[in-house]
Amino acid sequence: MSEKPIRVLVAKPGLDGHDRGAKIIARALRDAGMEVIYSGLRQSPEQIVNAALQEDVHCIGLSILSGAHNVILPRITDLLREKKLDDVLVVAGGIIPDQDIPKLKAGGISEIFLPGTSTQTIIKYIEENCGAASD
Amino acid sequence: MSRTPTGQTRLKQSKRRWEEETLAPSWKRFPPRLPEFTSISGHPIQPLYGPDDLEDFNPEQELGFPGEPPYTRGIHPSMYRGRLWTMRQFSGFGTAQDTNRRFLYLLQQGQTGLSVAFDLPTLMGLDSDHPTASGEIGKCGVAVDTLADMEVLFRDIDLETISTSMTINCPAAVIWAMFLAHAEKSGFSWAKLRGTLQNDILKEYIAQKEWIYPPHPSMRLVTDTIAFATRNVPQWNSVSISGYHIREAGSTALQELAFTLRDGIEYVEAAVRAGLEVDEFAPRLSFFFNAHNDFFEEIAKYRAARKVWCRVMKERFGCRDPRSSMLRFHAQTAGCSLTAQQPHNNIVRTAIQALAAILGGTQSLHTNSMDETYALPTEQAATIALRSQQILATESEVANTVDPLAGSYFVEKLTLELEKGCWDYFEKIDAMGGMVAAIERCYPQKEILDAAYGYQQAVERGEKVIVGVNRFVVDEEQPIDTLAIESGVADKQLDSLHRVKASRDGTAVRRSLAELRRAAATDENLMPFLLSCVKAYATLGEVCEEMKQVFGTYQEPVF
Repeated sequence: MSEKPIRVLVAKPGLDGHDRGAKIIARALRDAGMEVIYSGLRQSPEQIVNAALQEDVHCIGLSILSGAHNVILPRITDLLREKKLDDVLVVAGGIIPDQDIPKLKAGGISEIFLPGTSTQTIIKYIEENCGAASD
Repeated sequence: MSRTPTGQTRLKQSKRRWEEETLAPSWKRFPPRLPEFTSISGHPIQPLYGPDDLEDFNPEQELGFPGEPPYTRGIHPSMYRGRLWTMRQFSGFGTAQDTNRRFLYLLQQGQTGLSVAFDLPTLMGLDSDHPTASGEIGKCGVAVDTLADMEVLFRDIDLETISTSMTINCPAAVIWAMFLAHAEKSGFSWAKLRGTLQNDILKEYIAQKEWIYPPHPSMRLVTDTIAFATRNVPQWNSVSISGYHIREAGSTALQELAFTLRDGIEYVEAAVRAGLEVDEFAPRLSFFFNAHNDFFEEIAKYRAARKVWCRVMKERFGCRDPRSSMLRFHAQTAGCSLTAQQPHNNIVRTAIQALAAILGGTQSLHTNSMDETYALPTEQAATIALRSQQILATESEVANTVDPLAGSYFVEKLTLELEKGCWDYFEKIDAMGGMVAAIERCYPQKEILDAAYGYQQAVERGEKVIVGVNRFVVDEEQPIDTLAIESGVADKQLDSLHRVKASRDGTAVRRSLAELRRAAATDENLMPFLLSCVKAYATLGEVCEEMKQVFGTYQEPVF
């Protein structure tokens, strides 16, 4: 069986430097057999979308703890649509209040993982929702 | 507790007897709940500690008396009998006006010191009108662009009686210059100002990752502030050497302790190299530790920290002033221990953590609010957090006697083990050429990431329990109210920034910035130049950018 591994961009938009979550997720996804590209800190929406395009990823995992999610996340999903990358699965995690979640999801974020989510839950979600990977 | 060899042998024999005759049969009825018992940091914990664990323990040397070296039992002779710890709640959001209102409210509720949280653009040395500031203005703290904001932030606050802590790092020197300029304009004497500048850039490279410049020019800014404080603002704590963020990034208690104290050593060395006498500045260095869930390990950590620092200052730096070897610290309960699930449980976690900090002899304390995994705290949540400290201080009677856990076989043994682990880490980091060199090869960063990943795996295997997350889970969560930063904040802030820029003397700004740039290329102390810039209402972003032209920027190595 030579299934193509799922390629994931783990990215940190926003100005905060709290990368514990992003780095743990990156390592866990790698341990689960995915190919992971970590963006580094403080990436603009443009940088993230360009990296997704260049790296030809199936999934983008966004980690944001700064409170700027309502501004930054929609900008990323808009840019993805513009670049015709709608088929890329976008998930997010961080400090995000419940009341902001419906709007973010309507904008194109497939799932939002709050603090306390296990890495196994995230791995399973990505595996189940990255149809593109086995193409 | 130190005994003759025969005494020790007898103790060991009788412990063995107890293990065989009394303990072993009991395992048959109640086998151990876990295959191994460890602290939250993974440190092995024995079923019983006794006098045999403290062989060669000399209480006079290891503990001494409170207010005397090695300060294991506390830095003040009477500790909380004389004066309680400072209840210092970290707070800031929105515009300077919003935060000023919260400050006045907290002071009215009995808070005894201020602690400013800045928003991320400010923390990164960026103005509110910088493109990357969009969405971040006033979100996780207060926005400060110019001296005008500082003036509003501290309106109606007597800076000679209220001490102020400012959590700011890479642009700390600039923000401090704004604070000093405001104090001067308001007629407060610099000599009477009391407060703390976090100003700890090393832990930024290690853990919190908010930096502008590379390590060497950053260290120069730190030593410039240390030198300036020493000569001009003598009651000011120029650096708050912080383990808090190291722990939040996922380190163990030992890593928090060791990396923080080793950062302290690095600052002392840098200041000595810059020509200062140890005893001139070391009394004004302060520390900032996390208060996490593992109650006894945390208490042991604080006690070990005082003891190790005392020895470091005496033996490594030959300090003479006793205040140089006293480790004073602020503690904050662990943000990373809070859960989004069943958030009311966070009140209990915070109370236990706060108790550990108090029994460990903290000088000041911030207790987190239960809703902080969602947003900045509401006024109600922040009030409960402050009340938790007040209940501990008054109702629990724990502040009646000094270092009440001293002599506990367990706590003393843990203190010794943490101390030993700390010296081992020092040896490794010294061998690498010091902390800056260790950071450049990502040594502490990797150690912390490994610990964080190990803990996460232990939680996912169910070996470490988080109530509401992997045990005692409920399906339907009750939503709680959270604080929303009103959407007008960014516009208000941008407006006031533009007004300042339009009304200031452009020539004076340009002249002061040019002077700063010239001085940055020499080894002159930059504080007077920064003061001139901010007094001319140069913005934070302009000042930081000017120095960037000389210092360059930092790129984190990939690891």
